[in-house]
Amino acid sequence: MAINWFKYSAPTNFYSLAGKLIPWFAAAALLLFAAGMYVGFVVAPTDAVQGEAYRIMFIHVPASILSMFVYLIMAGYAALGLIFKTRLSAMMASALAPTGALFAFISLWTGALWGKPMWGAWWVWDARLTSELILLFLYLGFIALHASIDDPRRADRAAALLAIVGSVNVPIIYFSVKWWNTLHQGSTIKFSGTSMHVAMQQALLLMLLACWCYAIAVALARVRSIILEREGATQWVGELSEVRS
Amino acid sequence: MTKRQKRLAFIVGGLALVGAAAGLVLYALKDNVSLYFTPTQVANHEAPQGRNFRIGGLVEPGSVKREGDGLTVHFRVTDNVQGMDVVYKGILPDLFKEGKGIVAQGKLEAGNLFRADEVLAKHDENYMPPEAKAALDAAAKAQSGVPAAASAPAVK
Repeated sequence: MAINWFKYSAPTNFYSLAGKLIPWFAAAALLLFAAGMYVGFVVAPTDAVQGEAYRIMFIHVPASILSMFVYLIMAGYAALGLIFKTRLSAMMASALAPTGALFAFISLWTGALWGKPMWGAWWVWDARLTSELILLFLYLGFIALHASIDDPRRADRAAALLAIVGSVNVPIIYFSVKWWNTLHQGSTIKFSGTSMHVAMQQALLLMLLACWCYAIAVALARVRSIILEREGATQWVGELSEVRS
Repeated sequence: MTKRQKRLAFIVGGLALVGAAAGLVLYALKDNVSLYFTPTQVANHEAPQGRNFRIGGLVEPGSVKREGDGLTVHFRVTDNVQGMDVVYKGILPDLFKEGKGIVAQGKLEAGNLFRADEVLAKHDENYMPPEAKAALDAAAKAQSGVPAAASAPAVK
């Protein structure tokens, strides 16, 4: 059976699809957060070197991973919008930006809280930390650039270009600990496997899935408001029960 | 080529160009992007002379000596090829330990003594409970001490 992918590239259809998906992702996010917190705080053992402080990685690592993935997805949507001129792609890119910025900020903030007790410094200008900071600035730049242009189609195009160029930064963040001498440790989760205790891995995985579900739910909710805002003059929006009432 | 394909080619080509440019810039700046110099690099005179820089490496086991004031610490930093003496006055991070990684900022003085004004601890990416670490250490000891009984169980 062939799936008609283009059906859901129309804001009308995607609006109702997103409305149906949001509760599922939101509920999954809540459950996974609860499970991840339980495994992270209760089941996972104390670390031999860092004691209890290592547990901050259960939010730090998922936030960092999401901040990079959300950026790539945002840049992907931006590119789709430029190539196919689909309205929804640009709306999805705008909907993802605040979530990605939030994750980048959480990553930097929890990293500072972790760095002070372990390394002895809130911040160092090493390649990993600096490139992640640039990622936060790229998100903020995307949001600001989009907001500074009144015509939404022109704003979409300008912001999309920024998003695509900025995606060069993502592999730099990921490989920074390999390419250069950094204070930040190397990757625990590698393609060849992980170097951590099983319960710690499970907590990390649960928190990662929770963050994914949260990001999807929030982005879908945001894109629904963007659709309403931009398509406000059309007939189908006027006929929606939540708009009429 | 249709208009769509043209736009796709423009984006892919543009991204490749930007990527290549970023790669070249970072390659040219690679000494500046790295946070610290290794003792080997310092021995080869790659580190800046007469101004502050950072060194990184492992604290050589058995090299840590405290002065009478309880604050001044002498130790050697090694990358298992070259080593250099470091002196630091101040409070060390909790993770500072012999055999573990550190990054120190300071200046090279006469006689290749590195006077640090900041010492940061660098931890690795391995996480395990204390029992597993003790078992690993015991296994490593057994392996190095008695080669015949090297079939120590891999505890994890």
